[in-house]
Amino acid sequence: MSQRIEAKDLNIYYGSFLAVAGVTMSIEPRSVTALIGPSGCGKSTFLRTLNRMHEVIPGARVEGTVDIDGVDLYAPGVDPVAVRRQVGMVFQRPNPFPTMSIAENVLAGVRLNNRRINKSDAADLVEQSLRAANLWNEVKDRLDRPGSGLSGGQQQRLCIARAVAVRPRVLLMDEPCSALDPISTLAIEDLVAELKSSYTIIIVTHNMQQAARVSDRTGFFNLEEAGQPGRLVEIDDTATIFSTPGKQATEDYISGRFG
Amino acid sequence: MAATDTTATGTAPPVGTSEDLQAALSRVDPVRKRKDRAMRLVVYLAFTLAMVPLVSLVWSVLSRGSGRLDAYFLLHSMRNVFGGMDAGGAYHAILGTLLVTGWAALISVPIGLMVAVYLVEYGTGKLARAVTFLVDVMTGIPSIVAGLFAFALFYLAVGPQKAGIIGSVALAVLMTPVVVRSSEEMLRLVPNELREASYALGVPKWLTIIKVVLRTAVAGLTTGVMIAVARVIGETAPLIITVGMTASINRDVFHENMMTLPVFVYDQYGRGLTSCAPGAVDCVPTINFDRAWAAALTLIIIVMLLNLVARAVSRWFAPKVRG
Amino acid sequence: MLENGALENGLENGDGLENGDASENGDASENGDASENGDASTRRAAVAVADRLAVTGRRSGRGLDRGFRYLAVTSGVLIVMVLAAVAIFLVVQAWPALRAGRSVSDEVGWIPDGSSVLEAVGPLVFGTVLAALVALAVAVPVAIGIALFISHYAPRRLASALGYLVDLLAAIPSVVYGLWGVMVLAPLLHPVFSWLVRWLGWIPLFAGDSAGNASNPPRVLMTASLVLAVMILPIITAVCREVFLTTPTLHEEAALALGATRWEMIRMAVLPYGRSGIVSASMLGLGRALGETMAVLMVLSPGMLYSLKMLVGSQQQTIAANIAAKFNDASPMGHSALIATGLALFVITMMVNMAARAIVARRKDFSGAN
Repeated sequence: MSQRIEAKDLNIYYGSFLAVAGVTMSIEPRSVTALIGPSGCGKSTFLRTLNRMHEVIPGARVEGTVDIDGVDLYAPGVDPVAVRRQVGMVFQRPNPFPTMSIAENVLAGVRLNNRRINKSDAADLVEQSLRAANLWNEVKDRLDRPGSGLSGGQQQRLCIARAVAVRPRVLLMDEPCSALDPISTLAIEDLVAELKSSYTIIIVTHNMQQAARVSDRTGFFNLEEAGQPGRLVEIDDTATIFSTPGKQATEDYISGRFG
Repeated sequence: MAATDTTATGTAPPVGTSEDLQAALSRVDPVRKRKDRAMRLVVYLAFTLAMVPLVSLVWSVLSRGSGRLDAYFLLHSMRNVFGGMDAGGAYHAILGTLLVTGWAALISVPIGLMVAVYLVEYGTGKLARAVTFLVDVMTGIPSIVAGLFAFALFYLAVGPQKAGIIGSVALAVLMTPVVVRSSEEMLRLVPNELREASYALGVPKWLTIIKVVLRTAVAGLTTGVMIAVARVIGETAPLIITVGMTASINRDVFHENMMTLPVFVYDQYGRGLTSCAPGAVDCVPTINFDRAWAAALTLIIIVMLLNLVARAVSRWFAPKVRG
Repeated sequence: MLENGALENGLENGDGLENGDASENGDASENGDASENGDASTRRAAVAVADRLAVTGRRSGRGLDRGFRYLAVTSGVLIVMVLAAVAIFLVVQAWPALRAGRSVSDEVGWIPDGSSVLEAVGPLVFGTVLAALVALAVAVPVAIGIALFISHYAPRRLASALGYLVDLLAAIPSVVYGLWGVMVLAPLLHPVFSWLVRWLGWIPLFAGDSAGNASNPPRVLMTASLVLAVMILPIITAVCREVFLTTPTLHEEAALALGATRWEMIRMAVLPYGRSGIVSASMLGLGRALGETMAVLMVLSPGMLYSLKMLVGSQQQTIAANIAAKFNDASPMGHSALIATGLALFVITMMVNMAARAIVARRKDFSGAN
């Protein structure tokens, strides 16, 4: 299910403003890649270009290519709606649909393509997805209760279950733990480690310990000054980045000298 | 692993998967896609549909009303005008509208403003909640009921009669909640720092309210009042039953019928077509309709001017305090 | 408080007044500054203003402070009293006609012989509600469409301008709508109505007259309802638009990230979130339509029947239009009877409006956002 991702000379604009410039990176299948860097350096913006979610903002556009397994996401004829099916996303704050039950939340994406999914298939899928998100045991007795009644950490795992249920090839996570307490954070980190066996995962995080704990490779984004575009400074094995980074800026950031 | 160059090597996925992906990326279920397109069309159509009456109405009023809207129309009453005479104007109606609405503003602005002051600066507990609720409810009073109320009020006090002031009371009932709502909003925008700074210097509360709070919010308050006036100036139904109609100028709001612009439109329309004697020189069969359209245009121009000036006031003079 | 007391001593009247005048000019510019430079300067300006005011204010005793408070509270009470007064005066004035029973029909022309006011108000309530409901049925889907267009389809820059255009519809006086409805819209509608009668005449609402025709000129309830629909469009649109615009981006993105099309996103995130807003907007619109006079008065050729035929004239009448049409020529008993019908309208609209407000209030409690 998981695929290699290649971004080549990617420039991201908001109107005439160049937000992120010249990103070239390659992401291995079935690995966790963490993107770190100071606020406003464009790591979230870059993440959103991987499933074309940035297009929600009017005036946003992209130059360069993003290939998944050799298929350019920005080629003419590619539909952003279809892209988002293949590349799932989990957001900074848990966002289950407040008017839907837990089970309906899990099925929300699936129902878009398959209205007439039969009851037992649906139940199986709910269970599988919730198990995959380590949430099954906590909610199996209240699947018909609203998803907004869960704790923040459970809601975030519900969102992961919802993303996983449509069987994407890639999973993007945009600071998935920034709104959670330490224990919930740990649960999500464990989950990421498990999901790695079937999905290519890219996670944006502000927390360097988290990057060190969960990722195989780490990319460092930076911007020289306000108003300048953000750039990918370097990307390497996580161990290398945190012990012997290739660039001075990376070392400064990791050792806490700024940002 | 260190060599993360741009060309994919090593674990290249099987070719078949790549083609599957290509297919998956370029195709959304056609049914879903069609539905999406159809709904977009529906939404665009809904908007266009709403523009049709607006454009048609504005065009009708402009094209049919502008012919007769001139200085003569604005400066003459309907006194001694009858039949299809090519004469007569809306001067008495414009005057009546200004007087009746002016008195309505005179009644409702102080009350509305004080209610807003009460709600923002003093109001707590049950009374404040009741007032808020009732102001909301008051915005929903049908205008004809407000007219009946004013009629009933004066009927009990001075017996059955018509006068401009009765219409003013009816309009005031409709206008007050609008003034309260907008003023309340404006007063809440005044930052608490201003009040606290004033109290800290020993300025009593009432003076703080008048000199600091109301002074700061004055542009917003003016805008709110003008919009409220614009809202009631076109009211017709309550004026038909409280102020009545007349062909002559009446400057006395306390006695006798008055003509007002909206009622003038209604009255002229109701007169219908005039039959002209064959070969009559000074006779226009559609004269009543023409006057109705011209008066409608005058009314719309007044309402739009009020709205524009109100917006201008809020844009140019409002201190943009933080909410 | 201590300062207040201390400052009160040794002050003169003229002093305060002069200071008050002197502060006029300075004030305005201070406030202007405050607006541009934000918080810190706002506070500075406030201190400056208050500083001057302290001098002005010294003269004032507790009495004035209390007096002002009483004035404010009294105004609040006045609002409560006005609303109570509306109800009371209407009841008092309606009482003679209500008490007269069936004999009221001898004195009041529009009441059918042998009917009491309560019996006569029935068809009026029926006509009022029918006209308003049909207007609502037409206006709500269009309003939701416009609101979605402005909130989720139109380019951001254009959206507010378009919203303003719809608001313009609200600024046009009702009498102008009436004039337009009867002189421009009605002639255009006749062919449509004929078509409806011919092909959909089996639906009671579209039934023709005894000869199987739609009335011409179409001074019928359907025309009035369509004009009402245009008139309530802005209020419904405005409320829906506000609600749709406040849909949390979180939920919209959640839907899009699952691979939803724009419409699917709207159905998954926007409409469920805005459901109660749509309902209360509709209720507000209904309240407006129930109480609107002029459009019906000028367009409709009235009747006093319980009739569903919306394409035939002389069938129904609404309460508001009936009052406006009959009031000026009415006898004292006639006034009383019309006020009684006005009371019925008042009660109906109050109930609808209160229901709308209650829904809005409940909406605040259950917040969709987390």
